[in-house]
Amino acid sequence: MKFAVPVFPGSNCDHDMVNALRDVLKMDADFITADATSLEGYDAVILPGGFSYGDYLRSGAIARFSPVMKAVAAFAEAGKPVMGICNGFQVLTEAGLLPGALQANRSSKFICKTSELIVANNQTQFSNAYAADERIHLPIAHGEGNYYCDPATLAELKANHQIVFTYADNPNGSIANIAGVMNRAGNVLGMMPHPERAVEAILGSTDGLGIFQSLIGAHKEGVHA
Amino acid sequence: MLKKTELTPTELRDSKAYRDWGLTDAEYQLLTDKVLGRLPNYTEAGLFSGMWSEHCSYKNSKPVLKKFWTQGEQVLEGPGEGAGIIDIGDGQAVVFKAESHNHPSAVEPYEGAATGVGGIIRDIFSMGARPIALLDSLRFGEPTTPHTKYLISQVVAGIGGYGNCIGIPTIGGDTVFDASYEKNPLVNAMCVGILDQKDIQKGQATGLGNSVIYVGAKTGRDGINGASFASAEFNDAKDTQRSAVQVGDPFMEKLLMEACLEVIHDHRDVLVGIQDMGAAGLVSSSAEMASKAGSGLELNLDLVPQRETGMTPFELMLSESQERMLLCVQAGAEDEIYQVFEKYGLDAVTIGKVTSGHQYQLFHHGKLVADVPVDALATKAPVYQREKKRPSRLNHQSHHQFMPRIVDATGTLKKMLQQPTIASKASLYETYDSQVQTNTVVKPGSDAGVIRIRHTDKALAVTTDVNGRYLYLNPRVGGEIAVAEAARNIVASGGLPLGITDCLNYGNPEKPEQFYDLDESAMGIARACQLFNTPVISGNVSLNNESNGEAIYPTPMIGMVGLIKHQRDITTQDFKHAGDAVYVLGETFSDFNGSELQKMLTGEIAGELFDFDLVTENRNQRLLLRAIQKGLIASAHDVSEGGLITTIAESCFKNGLGVQLKSDLPASDFFSETQSRFVVSVAPKHQVVFEKLAEPYVTYLGQTTADDRLFVKTADQPFDLAVSFAKQLWEGALPCLLK
Repeated sequence: MKFAVPVFPGSNCDHDMVNALRDVLKMDADFITADATSLEGYDAVILPGGFSYGDYLRSGAIARFSPVMKAVAAFAEAGKPVMGICNGFQVLTEAGLLPGALQANRSSKFICKTSELIVANNQTQFSNAYAADERIHLPIAHGEGNYYCDPATLAELKANHQIVFTYADNPNGSIANIAGVMNRAGNVLGMMPHPERAVEAILGSTDGLGIFQSLIGAHKEGVHA
Repeated sequence: MLKKTELTPTELRDSKAYRDWGLTDAEYQLLTDKVLGRLPNYTEAGLFSGMWSEHCSYKNSKPVLKKFWTQGEQVLEGPGEGAGIIDIGDGQAVVFKAESHNHPSAVEPYEGAATGVGGIIRDIFSMGARPIALLDSLRFGEPTTPHTKYLISQVVAGIGGYGNCIGIPTIGGDTVFDASYEKNPLVNAMCVGILDQKDIQKGQATGLGNSVIYVGAKTGRDGINGASFASAEFNDAKDTQRSAVQVGDPFMEKLLMEACLEVIHDHRDVLVGIQDMGAAGLVSSSAEMASKAGSGLELNLDLVPQRETGMTPFELMLSESQERMLLCVQAGAEDEIYQVFEKYGLDAVTIGKVTSGHQYQLFHHGKLVADVPVDALATKAPVYQREKKRPSRLNHQSHHQFMPRIVDATGTLKKMLQQPTIASKASLYETYDSQVQTNTVVKPGSDAGVIRIRHTDKALAVTTDVNGRYLYLNPRVGGEIAVAEAARNIVASGGLPLGITDCLNYGNPEKPEQFYDLDESAMGIARACQLFNTPVISGNVSLNNESNGEAIYPTPMIGMVGLIKHQRDITTQDFKHAGDAVYVLGETFSDFNGSELQKMLTGEIAGELFDFDLVTENRNQRLLLRAIQKGLIASAHDVSEGGLITTIAESCFKNGLGVQLKSDLPASDFFSETQSRFVVSVAPKHQVVFEKLAEPYVTYLGQTTADDRLFVKTADQPFDLAVSFAKQLWEGALPCLLK
């Protein structure tokens, strides 16, 4: 399976993601520049964490205008899997590929720690390696991870089972404890926690492996929705 | 904007305006009579004021720094370059340095701290290394006044704001609160990088006709003559110092770092030298690069990318605008370099060239505006052998150790765990990204941070440490202890100490009693470094840390790096399993002068410092490292501020284990700060082998338990409380104080 990892100026978790994919999961993974216009030949796209364009103005607000995001939108439109981690999640909401927005943490401070998550929906191509309601531990590291959407959208997210991960102990004020959501079609996921930081025992947790394994398993079975 | 007219050379001489830039009358005279043989013009005098500041020239500290031990077969690059380099085998090397940003942080804490981080990162990648870790050693006043709380929150936000954005994990450091730092906080940032030895760079401008290329951010009027500002004392009456503080842009630095590393890796054949524009900006970087290479240099200031209009040569040369680097590149290869920076959207402009001879010449609007010998700027600053006098505070010390009377051992422990210096710093370090780059094995909150080196079995342990109270009571022994304690942190993590960097934070060296502290503690540091085989490979000096005549405690921050040869040796402080045996390695005496307990019970630090023996320290460290390498140790934690009981409590917290211990010592001695000790836990199956190895230097205390209870039976009264409650106090204290 071949992964594309778009790199915006200011992305800083791009290498972590590619290292996890290549070294641990033994997958093909390429860095893609922000001015790339095609994602042909790739099976999945992962937007990495960081501070794209310095996160000046608003997190992800400038990155969404980069050429590669047009290609990402087309890729998603074609039903192929797209995942955004942390800043990648912020870019996806700014680009309108996911509902809602990410505001400053309730504490107004950056938070880096391990958070306990509940797998709220394990019937997705991003989470089917986990048990229903399984509790996993993933690192978070963000200043603006406080997910918000209006009540109507929230009702929709719930009705369509689009909430994939929730926080057991909400660290940032996210509405409905949301840590990760997907689009209605089920092929675009955004999440604030960092699964790529939890794929090696020496670094404290391998709970993030399940997300990649889910994607890889789904790809093998040829499931795209 | 008003058009400024610069003073003529004679006006400058007569008005003595150079004094405002930090040049003394004698230095001005030296410049006029000996160096130039004429009156310097306004620009030239400005160049010398920056280059001859303590920050750039070490004019007051050079005789002291000479005492440091800088040898050792592991040293690839000692002090003098942007950062020092140490061999870690397999053709790899570790690069590290620390730098203070105390004065800027006192005036504008967010930007002061942020640019401190930015500056030290540039020092590391200018050597050709990729930065892999940041640490911060912070000293504040007691966190009770609104101003100190403001400083803490802003400094911490500035560190996080820069490090998080650029994507370098902040994996350690230390934070201490004491009234001594009330008006003069210390912000010392350390950066660690790794590189392949073949990529090592030098800051040099050599080769007649080679180009000097300016890269990165444009030059503005920020931080003008900051080096002189950083070398001056604070005074409440002066409120004009804010403009001397720079503003940082971590996004710009991220691009600059990636571009420079790309040039170093992929264009090494045309890159002659590279240096960061730090203190004293363009003049310092260019003059040092030329002087090191024995070259002359010519710069055309009209070509310098400028953020503001109408900047004078003085302003252009002394601006400390951030995120700028200077490259020396082979003539004809400029386009190749421009293309790399263009890819990152950065300015890269040839502003001058290497010339024959040894003159440093600046042109502006077609006129020669400065023409001075390059070495005069870079190496010929006067060196002062300051007068040294034993401070009166040391002459009137009590010879007796403070003897605490503990009537409620458990209550005293509860109070101890809530002292700001002892309490958990999680609320501060959790605002730093400690895991980006996915190499962090041991996160902040431990004796040392540990990062693995990808694709090898090695890891690096890094720490910062110093207890200014000990130095206040005895500068020489306190200096020895600072190094010993840093080494203890490294060893407790499973590492072999390799070398140190330092930030020497002191008062005004022109005062003989202050100079005594600097000189004596340097001797202590030197002796300890030699014994531990940890040469000083880089560092900086921050003098005049005084406010209204009152100096801070002598505070030489020691940043140490150690090598963990096998990742299986990585050890943490937390008890691992119920039923493990708990020992204290090293002997405990009733050592209370300078202790946290003395401060807590009496409100002051007083008396002669307790005894300390480097040989004992070294023996205990080697012993622990051997036991770790034999796989006998489940956890190890260095005993420091707050004593044995604090160390035991901290070892319980993370995994929620309890202890059932027994000791012949009185409860009070559990707060003693005798050095050279560790609390270790050992699985039952390793007990016999461990005891055989470590006796007679270890004392068995008891066992870890699965119960939520910390129980220690002492010679008099027991410590007895729930671990969960103790943890709650320890974790809650600082957030509560900082609210």
